[in-house]
Amino acid sequence: MDLAYTEAEEEFRGRLREWLAAVLPGLPAKPSPDDWPARRAYDTTWQRMLYDAGYAGLHWPVDAGGQGATPTQHLIFLEETEKAGAPYVGANFVGLLHAGPTIAAEGTAGQRARWLPPVLRGDEIWCQGFSEPDAGSDLAALRTRAVRDGDDYVVTGQKIWTSHAEVADWCELLVRTDPDAPKHRGISWLAMPMDAPGITVRPLRTLAGSTEFAEVFLDEVRVPASCRVGAENDGWRVTMVTLSFERGTAFVGEVVACRRTLDALADEARRTGRWDDPVLRRRLGRLNAEFRALWRLTQANVSESERTGGVPGVGGSVFKLRYSGVRQELYEAAAEVLGADAFDVDREWVLDRLSSLSYTIAAGTSQIQRNIVAERILGLPKGR
Amino acid sequence: MDFQLSDDQRALRSGMRDLLGAVFDRDRLRAAVERDGALDRSLWRELGAAGFFALRLPEEAGGVGLGLPEAVLLFEEAGRALLPGPLVATHLAAGLVKGAAEGEAVVTAVAADQPVAHLAEADAVLVADGQASGLPGETEGAEVLSGEALRAFVAAAGPVRSMDPLTPLHRAPAGAALAGAGRVSASEGFRTASERTRADAERAPAATERAPAHAGRFRFEAALLTAAEQLGSAARTTEAAVQHAGDREQFGSPIGSFQAVKHLCADMLARTEPARAAVYAAAVTGDPVEIAAAKLLADEAAVGNARDCLQIHGGMGFTWEADVHLHLKRAWLRAASWLTGAGAEELLAAGLGTAGRLPRSSAAYGRPVPEAGGGG
Repeated sequence: MDLAYTEAEEEFRGRLREWLAAVLPGLPAKPSPDDWPARRAYDTTWQRMLYDAGYAGLHWPVDAGGQGATPTQHLIFLEETEKAGAPYVGANFVGLLHAGPTIAAEGTAGQRARWLPPVLRGDEIWCQGFSEPDAGSDLAALRTRAVRDGDDYVVTGQKIWTSHAEVADWCELLVRTDPDAPKHRGISWLAMPMDAPGITVRPLRTLAGSTEFAEVFLDEVRVPASCRVGAENDGWRVTMVTLSFERGTAFVGEVVACRRTLDALADEARRTGRWDDPVLRRRLGRLNAEFRALWRLTQANVSESERTGGVPGVGGSVFKLRYSGVRQELYEAAAEVLGADAFDVDREWVLDRLSSLSYTIAAGTSQIQRNIVAERILGLPKGR
Repeated sequence: MDFQLSDDQRALRSGMRDLLGAVFDRDRLRAAVERDGALDRSLWRELGAAGFFALRLPEEAGGVGLGLPEAVLLFEEAGRALLPGPLVATHLAAGLVKGAAEGEAVVTAVAADQPVAHLAEADAVLVADGQASGLPGETEGAEVLSGEALRAFVAAAGPVRSMDPLTPLHRAPAGAALAGAGRVSASEGFRTASERTRADAERAPAATERAPAHAGRFRFEAALLTAAEQLGSAARTTEAAVQHAGDREQFGSPIGSFQAVKHLCADMLARTEPARAAVYAAAVTGDPVEIAAAKLLADEAAVGNARDCLQIHGGMGFTWEADVHLHLKRAWLRAASWLTGAGAEELLAAGLGTAGRLPRSSAAYGRPVPEAGGGG
């Protein structure tokens, strides 16, 4: 058990810090959360800066145009960029963390050459068309149909919870190509150009008041068959392969951010005198234990994937289960620190409190995570 | 960075598990329960011979020369097996009290207003400094009572009918722990305490070589090793719950196939693994705030998991025959020992705040809602 970073790792950290200190002051002002074109421009500008400095696709394999960094280097990158206040991956999320890695793993040489470089350069934005109104936790029940017609698929259906749909160039789309096959075996993975005729994007307003994602209606959208990645009806496996790019680093930035928020809450509570309340003080103390432990668990998971060559454990489910609940508790504590100001949405942490309500739902609900932990790690029987 | 067990550490842990499987199987556990936790001196010596107590003494002092991370692994195994006895105190007394390192002596400890374990059987008692942040300078943050002073201490202590059948308890004489040995000496005539500590330290140079890294080191190490026992117990009750949930059938199915039951099991693992990361990290850094986090989370994991394990066992879980009550009672006792939840939380709170840190620029805008996983 060694928590010390190697000389090479510290050198990587040092170079990154220098670069961040040099470039971050020159960033444009951050855009309004509801100005999607401006958000896209801000995020892609940042991605281009990463690309020019040799940090784009840090965790991607070298033969996909990435840097082939170790999981620990990736951890350091995420930690340092968060600490320095660098922009979040934002609109580049799906391209860098899901669609891109899927194409890198399963695409043909031509598909990799077409789609990967623009993701790394920040030239193209991807969104994700997986969930449907009747296919959420049970994703494989999806019904959006794709019927082969000559060199095209004709796609009709509806997707939901699609982040960045308004500004995306491409959509990684799961469609049903064989309605008679068992549900996991009739699905294909398509790259759909978002400017194709027949696509209607309708933004959804979240309970936090902003439009973070959208519904996407597909009415006989023609997608070239050459845009299918992997074999027809093999899309479920193709999608799951990408999970192997998850190397325990999914929540690094967030845990760093939560720890900083906790420090800020303590400062604020001391300033206002609420710190004298032992119940609040101890509540913040216990959150300190939680986030410290989650940071150490992240380091353990990264070290594990470093040893296994990047093969993921299902340990990510344990992490997410604990983290998502604790992060909600963090903003409950923030509300207590704020007192009457907890109802002013212009105060720091108030919108975060609302946003945090999604953490136990998005990317697999806590109930689904518990099923995964119980069945795949603990070996309990499947059932109701 | 490589925050995984080394091959040697894995071997150490599995060696300890094998040893305990051989010398302290379930029959011997239940026999220990039947004799109200009275210690088995030959088992104590076997632990000594295996290096359990001398683990962190330097080799030139007859020890094994390993560190806190290795000690934590051994204590985790002890917690799994419900191994009785004042393991933490005797381990910490190695090099300080004659015979402790070898398992010839049984050493218990007294701190704050906590009951004292195995006092009637003890050859010596460590009296911890009153406060975790107490002044440095005293040997390891603890004083030793033995001989006449120990006999006077035992005479003044009152036996308790212990809730935990594996841990006989005494109520410490009033004020003994809070003031440390010095005040005990003054009021009860234990004048020899400090001198004895120094004399023992001279006899065992190893003890003085282990210079305190911070004030109250003794208490923090005791808290960490106790947390490691809690971790082992938490992992064991998770296994027992999963085993039972897979075997026990109702409504024609294993009860573990019902989400109401399997989700309890998943939550048990989600308590154990963060606690494990916290305990192991604290063992590597030795940092007091990190130890507080480890103790807090391991206490909650041990107590919460034992309770859920009991619940999953249904009526059987409420019986004397099932082992789960032994885990729960021990976990409650350990949670009240060395660093309680309240104390840990206050320490962790004191460690918060940005004072002395660099301010952060604010280039990033607010996080979009679906963060990892991206929605869609």
